[in-house]
Amino acid sequence: MKSLAELAAIREKMKDKVILREGTGEIRVVVGMATCGIAAGARPVLNAFVEGVNKEGLGDKVTVSQTGCIGVCQFEPVVEIYESGKDKVTYVKMTAEKAAEVIEKHLKGGKVIGEYTITNAIS
Amino acid sequence: MKELSLNIFDISQNSVKAKAEKIEITLDETEETLAITIRDNGCGMTAEQVRNVMDPFFTTRTTRNVGLGVPLLKLAAEQTGGGIRIESVSEKDNPENHGTVIRADFFTKHLDFTPLGDIVSTVTLMIQGAPDIRWIFIHNTGSGSVELDTDELKAVLGDVPLNNYDVIKWIEEYLKEGYADIHYNMGYNL
Ligand SMILES: Nc1ncnc2c1ncn2[C@@H]1O[C@H](COP(=O)(O)OP(=O)(O)OP(=O)(O)O)[C@@H](O)[C@H]1O
Ligand SMILES: [Mg+2]
Repeated sequence: MKSLAELAAIREKMKDKVILREGTGEIRVVVGMATCGIAAGARPVLNAFVEGVNKEGLGDKVTVSQTGCIGVCQFEPVVEIYESGKDKVTYVKMTAEKAAEVIEKHLKGGKVIGEYTITNAIS
Repeated sequence: MKELSLNIFDISQNSVKAKAEKIEITLDETEETLAITIRDNGCGMTAEQVRNVMDPFFTTRTTRNVGLGVPLLKLAAEQTGGGIRIESVSEKDNPENHGTVIRADFFTKHLDFTPLGDIVSTVTLMIQGAPDIRWIFIHNTGSGSVELDTDELKAVLGDVPLNNYDVIKWIEEYLKEGYADIHYNMGYNL
């Protein structure tokens, strides 16, 4: 049974990590969670990023957050990736499977998957 | 929307956008009905805004001229013979006590009733996306209830944010266990 004691243990564990956490969030993954995004399947995409980033041990480097309408409804679910010093990358028509690939190739490997980007979708 | 929990996710985003500090989501089920209530203490709406919000051609957002969230919830409720109600007090009219309550009523035996779907994932990810808000979730079913108040978690967690992965996982497991304990059948992911 889940207990609040487990949360206390998480708090203890995090105490030691406070210093490590400084300067984190070098990469920001932002999932569009407006009506059109949610209807098009953004929730499993968001879940895949939350789970995958942790599973791959990228939690200290990558933050996953949500935003409202990105303004390109026909391309939802949309995911934006921000990295300091680099251009924003917008991935469109995302799925949980594509998210796993983006984590592997882009977030871990540093390589943009051109095929899934908005630039590719509109050209 | 394929699941009512997606409508709940979407409507809650309106409360987040309205700068609510506290969002309360209550699901009340009886043998043949489901009432979903989302209550927030955000900026609220004027009487005129409330009148217009049911109409798809109303929205205060600038990027696009139609709001779909509320009309979709309304449609989902009406197609089962139910409906929605909105009560709101705008911050302008009452700076001390403002906010919105949206209630949707469904007849769950109706052919066009949309299943609730993955409510556990929905609640978990809503908290992940807005960890500074106080989220209260209460689901009263015929066989018992599942409840979560993030203030109780925060009292134990101190500085650790609610969107910490371990905390998010704890919330997800806690809710899953809660539903398993009352033998709630949602037909999804459990
Ligand atoms: N809880 C709330 N508090 C304050 N204003 C609200 C609330 N819910 C809805 N509104 C107002 O009603 C409008 C319409 O909401 P609705 O969810 O239908 O569309 P939207 O959020 O503008 O766009 P969409 O949901 O399609 O992305 C909102 O833009 C907002 O101005
Ligand atoms: Mg909305």
